[in-house]
Formats: sequence, C-alpha cells, structure tokens
Amino acid sequence: MTGSDDFSFDIEGDQLALQGVLTLAHLDSLSNKLNTLPSIKVIDLSNLHRMDTAGAWVVHKLAQENNAEVKGADAGMAHILERISQYDRPLPPEPKALSPLIYVLTGVGKNAVHVWYTALGLINFFGALLISIWHTICHPSRLRTTAIICQMESVGVNALAIVGLMSVLVGVVIAQQGAVQLRQFGAEIYSINLVGRISFRELGVLMTAIMVAGRSGSAFAAQIGSMNLAEEIDAMRIIGVSPMESLVLPRFIASILMMPLLGFYATIAAIVGGGLLCWSVLDIPPTTFITRLREVIPYTDVAVGLIKAPIFGALIAVAGCFQGTQVKGNAEQLGYCTTKAVVHSIFLVIVLDAFFAVFFSEIGWV
Amino acid sequence: MSDSDIIQIEGLKNSFGSQIVHDGVDLNVRKGEILGLVGGSGTGKSVLMRSIIGLQQPTAGSIKVLGHEMVGKDPLNMRMVSRHWGVLFQESALFSTLNITENVKVPLREYYPDLDETLLEQIASYKIAMTDLPEDVGVKFNSELSGGMRKRAGLARALALDPDLLFLDEPTSGLDPVSADAIDALILGLRKMLGLTVFMITHDLDSLYNICDRVAVLADRKVLAVDSVENLTKLDHPWIKRYFNGPRGRAAAESFEARKTGA
Ligand SMILES: Nc1ncnc2c1ncn2[C@@H]1O[C@H](COP(=O)(O)OP(=O)(O)O)[C@@H](O)[C@H]1O
Ligand SMILES: [Mg+2]
Repeated sequence: MTGSDDFSFDIEGDQLALQGVLTLAHLDSLSNKLNTLPSIKVIDLSNLHRMDTAGAWVVHKLAQENNAEVKGADAGMAHILERISQYDRPLPPEPKALSPLIYVLTGVGKNAVHVWYTALGLINFFGALLISIWHTICHPSRLRTTAIICQMESVGVNALAIVGLMSVLVGVVIAQQGAVQLRQFGAEIYSINLVGRISFRELGVLMTAIMVAGRSGSAFAAQIGSMNLAEEIDAMRIIGVSPMESLVLPRFIASILMMPLLGFYATIAAIVGGGLLCWSVLDIPPTTFITRLREVIPYTDVAVGLIKAPIFGALIAVAGCFQGTQVKGNAEQLGYCTTKAVVHSIFLVIVLDAFFAVFFSEIGWV
Repeated sequence: MSDSDIIQIEGLKNSFGSQIVHDGVDLNVRKGEILGLVGGSGTGKSVLMRSIIGLQQPTAGSIKVLGHEMVGKDPLNMRMVSRHWGVLFQESALFSTLNITENVKVPLREYYPDLDETLLEQIASYKIAMTDLPEDVGVKFNSELSGGMRKRAGLARALALDPDLLFLDEPTSGLDPVSADAIDALILGLRKMLGLTVFMITHDLDSLYNICDRVAVLADRKVLAVDSVENLTKLDHPWIKRYFNGPRGRAAAESFEARKTGA
C-alpha cells in the first residue's frame, strides 16, 4: 500500500501503461473506459504498485481480447495473473428471451398445470390425513394428546381476546345500521331479531373462521413449511415418526374442537355488542332484549352455526398444513405458501358458507 | 503484540443468561498470518468469531478490527470495516432466494454499484471457479447444492470483495479430502497473492499443520495458548495433549512430516 491510492493509465501508440493501484474500487469507472480502447499490443504494468484479483482479471481479459503481451509485472503480479487465467472459463449462455406472446402463453400453461397438480396434491394430502385418522382410531394410544392441547391453546384460548373484541364491534355495527334503517318504519325493535339471528346463523362463525384462518392457518403453514425447509420433516419420517400424526392431526383436531367453541363465544360477544347498542341508543333495556331474543331465535339457528363451525375448522387446518408441505427450497416460497394458505382457506370458507346458506334454507331451517 | 495487529481482543467476556461462554479472552491476529482457532465443540469458537465481526455484543472487553473498536459500534460505521472483510459462516448462510452467481454478486453490487454488468458476471464466474466449483453451479440455488458445495459457494461469496481479512468458520468440514486440500491451497494461494489475513476456525488437523502459521486454543473460557502447532503439541495441558496427540493428531503430524521431507 505504498504510493498513492490512485489509478491512471496512458496510451502511447499500441502500448497501454497502467499506473498506481488497480483494485476493485477503481473498476467502477474504469471498465467502461477500457472497453472503448483502440486495439493494443502491449500492456505495461511496471508502474503499477498493487493489484487485486479483480484488477488482474481486467488485465487478463484485456490481454486476451487484444492478443496483447503483458510486461513489467513483478513476481507477485505475474503470480496473480497466472492464477487468474486458470479460473477463466466460458460464461454459461444467456437464456434466450421469449417473445411476449409465447411468454404469456407459457405462463398460463404453467399455471394451469400447477393448479392441476396442487389439486391432486390436496386430494392426496386429504387421503393421507384420513388414513392417519383411521390408524389413530385403531390405535388410540398413538393420539398425541399433549400436542392437541397445545394447539388448542394457540388456536382457541390465545384467540379469545381478539375474536371477542372483533365480534362485539361487529355486533355494535349491525345493531346500529339495522336501527337506522328500521327506524324509518318505526320498527327499531326488529334490530334485535337482526342482531340475534344473523350472529347465530352467519356472522359469529364466519368472522371467527376468517380470524382463525389469518391467525392459525398461516401459523400452520409457516411452522410446517420451515420444518420442511430445514429437513426436519424428512428427519421425522426416517426416525419413523409420521408427520401426519405428529404435526397435522393435532392441528386438525384442535381446529375442529376449537372452532365451534370460538364461534359460539363470538356469537355471544356479537349479541352483547348489539345489546349494548340497543340499550344505549334505542333505550331497549337488557331484560327486554333477552326476552325478545328468546322469542325470535329458533334452535335451528344455533344448530346452523354449530354445524358449520367444525367444518370450517377442518378446512382451515387442511389448507394451512397442506400449504406448509408445499414449501420447497427457499424463504420466499415459505412466505408465498403462507399467504396462499390464508387466501385459500378464507376463500373456501366463504364458498362453503354460501353453499350452507342455500342448503339450510332448502331443508327449511330458515 | 503490537498496535499494527489486524485484530486485537482484550478481556473479552460473553455470556448467554447465566451461561458464561468467554471469560477474559485475549487474542491478537497479526497482519498477513493464517490463524487457526481450535477448541472442543461448544466452547464458543463461533461465538468468538461473531463477536469479532460485530454480530454478538460482548458483556465486557474490547475488540479492535483493522483499528476500529467493534464493541458498542454504531452499525452505520460498520460498513467502513465490513468492506474489508469476507465471512464464511458455519452453515454458509447463502441467500436462499438468489442463485449462487447472484449470491456472489451481492457484496459487489452493494459496495460498487457502478460496476459494469458483464464485468460483474465475469468476476462472479471466476470467484466460483476459484473455489473449485463446477460451472453449472452458478445458476443453482442453495437448496440444490450438497453441504460441501454450499461451503465453497459461501467461500466464493466471502472472497467477492478481495478482502484483506477473511473469517472462516470450519471451511473444510463436510468436504471430501480432495476439496479440503484444494481449499487449503486456495487460502495459501490467496495469502501469497494478496497478503490476506485469515482467521480460521477449524477441526481439520491437516489444515492446522499445513496452512496455519499459529494456532489459538480455546478452552476453559479463555485462549489458553497461541503458538505454532509444533510448539503446542509440547504443552502440558490435558485437552491440548489429547487433541494433538490422539491417533488423528499423530497421523496428521506424520503426513505433515512426510510432506516436508518429501518436498
Ligand atoms: N444464541 C445463543 N443463545 C444461547 N446460547 C448460545 C447461543 N449461541 C451459542 N450459544 C452457546 O454458546 C456456546 C458456544 O457455542 P458455539 O460458539 O456455537 O460453539 P462452537 O465452539 O462449537 O462453535 C454453546 O454452549 C452454545 O450453546
Ligand atoms: Mg461453531
């Protein structure tokens, strides 16, 4: 590191003389200039103090392209140049750019194939889950009770605060909107019907399912996905622990058990929210509110909510765990699959909910 | 122990909760030397390296790297030092969403954003070639490589900036003997070419004998001794004795002697 830390070069005829220090730091500006040089026959390094491998690479490339001779290199530089030339190998060919039309078409085709294989994979996964459920029924001692309880805590108990708050607010909003509209007919009292029935039939369970998909479906995908990345799942298989039984089944069972409980709790919270609004804005006292609720809500409404809840829970668990198993390769995939787990489970929950709405009205549970 | 030493560690203490990993570590790394660090598994070799490069805040002590104090350092000033070093982590730590060529380009782009794209491509290519990896590895991703290939790709990334100082955490573990020898030769060659200083954690007794100028022994939460391997083998400490005079240690010593007399 003697002398100045600068780099410069001179061209005399077909001689290129390099001076100073030729390192990576000087290449930013230099490489463009060197590319526009006239052809040279000799590269003179006698005034160069220092050079690193990147500098040597540039000299090597210049000499190679111009068929030039390198002279004036001291022993150290000659050594670097000789070594660097051993590492010169052809760059792999650039992948050919596709025309936009072909690019879009291949994209669509690849996506279609991907969707097809994902669907097959999901069916496969569900089948494997059923088999492991059957195995567990045959050997109940294999059931991982601790894992199930642990999952129940994170899916259910830990969600109580957020689900409760959300449902109270939803109840308030519905009662308030209902009151505004129904007041036009002087039928504010029907706000109670609205809040009570819609909470039991639809909103309690649906909002809970969306919250559980966001909280737990994504967690399932991320947990199983990162275990997959770290080869933990492979390790389990080799040891003889079935990932289905030890990872998926506890999450599946916990979701099925917790969804109805959470859904019912959310329903009650929504009704409490609606009741509070009716009391404060419409001056309907809580006793009247409760009496009227008992008159207008049929038991089938409760059943509608409670039948849907475990099915939504199962769906969220399967979508989340399945996406977790789809994670391959890198951290980006993990994020991608986690997002997909949430999007798919919310979408499927809403589709199924629409189906149930039609179904229950067809069988007369209106 | 002079002020011109590249790394100066004094009275370093590290602990995790109640577990004390280092208690008064003193170590200097001289300019241009290859320093090996040995110690039993879990004695805190990786933690020591992480403290030196500023990833682990020590409880007490002082660490100077290239004249900059690392303890309590402002992360913004870190770039001043970090452009002069290359680090190979124990698990390689390649970026999983980038292919190997792109991994090597990351430090180059970060510090020299104006570099010409073709030159960048060529530099990445020869760095990969330097570490003895086949050409087609460049377009592969971390998850598609074997453990040993990851090590070498990590080394290629560590060498990207032509660093003055190289940190290697077990560079040859998990490699076949041929590749391990090639890595040793590469490190020696780079030192000869560039005057590189190397801080190397290793359990590879052949590397210790063949390329390390001095070896530091980490045991009992301290650096017990820093010396050439020949001198270390004469020390009277039970762990050091077992380490160098066990069957593997003796085999490495013999092959080293054979090489020396043969050459
Ligand atoms: N992030 C951490 N948290 C708690 N303990 C740690 C952490 N990193 C390392 N340790 C502990 O410090 C000790 C030294 O670890 P390490 O430096 O990785 O060992 P090695 O010498 O094998 O590289 C070990 O006992 C390890 O358990
Ligand atoms: Mg370690």
